Amino acid sequence: MSTSTSATSAAAAKSPGPVGVGDRLRLWWNQLSRPAQWGVGLPIILLIAAMPVIRPPLLTTPDTDFGAVMAQFGMYALLAIGLNVVVGSAGLLDLGYVGFYAVGAYTVGLLTSPDSPWNKTGADGFLSDKWAWLAVLPVAVAVTAISGLILGSPTLRLRGDYLAIVTLGFGEIVRLLADNLENTTGGGQGLSGIAYPRVGVTEANPFGIFSIGNTAEPFNSGLWWFWLSIVLIIVVLMFVGNLERSRVGRAWVAIREDEDAAEIMGVPTFKFKLWAFVIGASIGGLSGALYAGQVQFVVPTNFNVINSVLFLCAVVLGGQGNKLGVILGAFIIVYLPNRFLGIGDYKYLIFGLALMIMMVFRPQGLIPVRQKLLAYGRKIWQAAGRRSREEQS
Amino acid sequence: MSERDRPDHENPEFGQVERSEWDSEEAGTGRYEAQQASDADEAVVELGEFPPISELESVDLSDVDPALGDPKLVAEMVAAQRETHVEVGEALMQMRDVTMKFGGLVALDSVTFDIRRGEILGLIGPNGAGKTTCFNAMTGVYRPTSGSVAFDGVPLGRLKRNQITRRGIARTFQNIRLFGEMTALENVAVGTDARHRTSVPGALFRVPRHWREEQDALERGMALLEFVGIGQRATEKARNLPYGDQRRLEIARALATEPKLLCLDEPAAGFNPSEKSALMDLIRKIRDDGYTVLLIEHDMRLVMGVTDRIVVLEFGKKIAEGLPVDIRNNPAVIAAYLGVPDDATA
Repeated sequence: MSTSTSATSAAAAKSPGPVGVGDRLRLWWNQLSRPAQWGVGLPIILLIAAMPVIRPPLLTTPDTDFGAVMAQFGMYALLAIGLNVVVGSAGLLDLGYVGFYAVGAYTVGLLTSPDSPWNKTGADGFLSDKWAWLAVLPVAVAVTAISGLILGSPTLRLRGDYLAIVTLGFGEIVRLLADNLENTTGGGQGLSGIAYPRVGVTEANPFGIFSIGNTAEPFNSGLWWFWLSIVLIIVVLMFVGNLERSRVGRAWVAIREDEDAAEIMGVPTFKFKLWAFVIGASIGGLSGALYAGQVQFVVPTNFNVINSVLFLCAVVLGGQGNKLGVILGAFIIVYLPNRFLGIGDYKYLIFGLALMIMMVFRPQGLIPVRQKLLAYGRKIWQAAGRRSREEQS
Repeated sequence: MSERDRPDHENPEFGQVERSEWDSEEAGTGRYEAQQASDADEAVVELGEFPPISELESVDLSDVDPALGDPKLVAEMVAAQRETHVEVGEALMQMRDVTMKFGGLVALDSVTFDIRRGEILGLIGPNGAGKTTCFNAMTGVYRPTSGSVAFDGVPLGRLKRNQITRRGIARTFQNIRLFGEMTALENVAVGTDARHRTSVPGALFRVPRHWREEQDALERGMALLEFVGIGQRATEKARNLPYGDQRRLEIARALATEPKLLCLDEPAAGFNPSEKSALMDLIRKIRDDGYTVLLIEHDMRLVMGVTDRIVVLEFGKKIAEGLPVDIRNNPAVIAAYLGVPDDATA
């Protein structure tokens, strides 16, 4: 990471003249008013949402269902946003993020799967079949947040590599627990028949539009889960954005930049690191709950440590700290292996190579970060924009 | 991440240069002066290679807040407003027999002195005298092995570093430690946040207190940047600021925490003479605004020119304390800096 920072500053020092397209775009975006930003952003979001319906010939995945791929992208995007809070903003290297994903998924599984001893659906449970998934969603988020608190409170006194090792261990512990507590988690057999939102039940769709049984083209279950995840992504992005443009976000970035200096400037570092961990964890748990609902089946092998690395890859590839960047990173991570199925397990080789090439040529990621950390920052940006327009004219 | 590309001017030789400057003044050896002059020339060349100011990022202050155009109003916005218990002229910081040991090394040996409210106190001494250790003991980075540090009438016990900042002690760093990827204004905002209380729930749901505090961060942050003279560069990344502006930004960030005592750790390191005199003006301006300043500095001209009183350390012991004039003529101080001729010790 030290290489990345020095390289960006060197680039900034050497290129005084023409400002890149990205910078111009950013400046233009920054000085738009809030409604104008929504006016531009909403059509783009709708276009992306409509992709699995339009199925543009080159973009679509010929060998797998595009809707399902996009649903997976939605979940990975959520994970990337959550991990970005921990890694990108607060600079805490978390290699066990998949653990939170697993905790979220297993919470839903344990509470709603008929295979689980704690199943609360069906005849003797208090959860209705129709709304069980939605009801346990906040429970899953809360449980993951608590697991983040439990992991974070002893370990966040560690720094750098030590923290990475401890979190790596956490990821494995969660997976091994799921694998070995056969009486509750079903062990290697996993939990099946997990609840999902049973809405839109018709003759053609006896189990509702979110069921994996819904294979109607193009409005299959994948598409509906994709749309649901888009809504959740927007909500999460607004919350995370609120946090970033406040004392909290400034504290996170200050901790990332120089933890000692931050503490001496009055930042309660431990408290805010813990918050970053808890918030990152709950977003991961949310994504896990989505996953459990979509595939209606959880099994420990889905939560291997390699997934943690893949999530981290999405964050680094897209641009640490940049929310839009990490979503793009998640898209690449999910889309490429599905678009070119021949890649198969070579994907790790390819992503590894891609990361190495990125570290040499564009260490800041595809969309480099330019965090805005002041709630009233727009005022400053607009002043800067006016100034630049006056100078040009 | 801790490795950042610090400017070259922070190499330790600079301290040596400053010292030889004073040495030459006292001892009058021409060779030293020539040496120092050539060093200074090199420094100017190095300082000249600043990254250019991006045209897109200069801020029109009047657009942000019309009050920022008036230096008097700016000084008023920046002025020290926290309630201080001790009266002006009385001891704001009391160091009593403070001893610091690192293993077998005694870095501070029962050092006793006061910092009076409203003064500029200079803390000087040769390299390795224990200035920075003393400073760290005061700002809570180290806890003294024995002895007591009292601030504003209350002993500084086992407090966390961020709590000490909240108590009213702010510092800058000898080797600049800004938050490089944040803009100048955001750096200062982190300082103002030391007095803010919004946490995650408040920020998440944008409660009224959050908006009040954000308003404060923006207004006071801009006023502070203007006060130290870098208001135009509010939206530039800290790491892209010229070296001198980075030092100013550190001072602004420290002032943003609303300190009662501002500690400056070698703020003039790597400065050329004109920058040094501008810095002296700034330090006086800060004092006149109601702050108490502790200045650790190698450069004698600066220390003699700006401080009200001076404390001299050598090998962890206080060897002198008094007015600049007295310190200048104190034989122990001269001996510490220049050494004692062989025939005198024999």
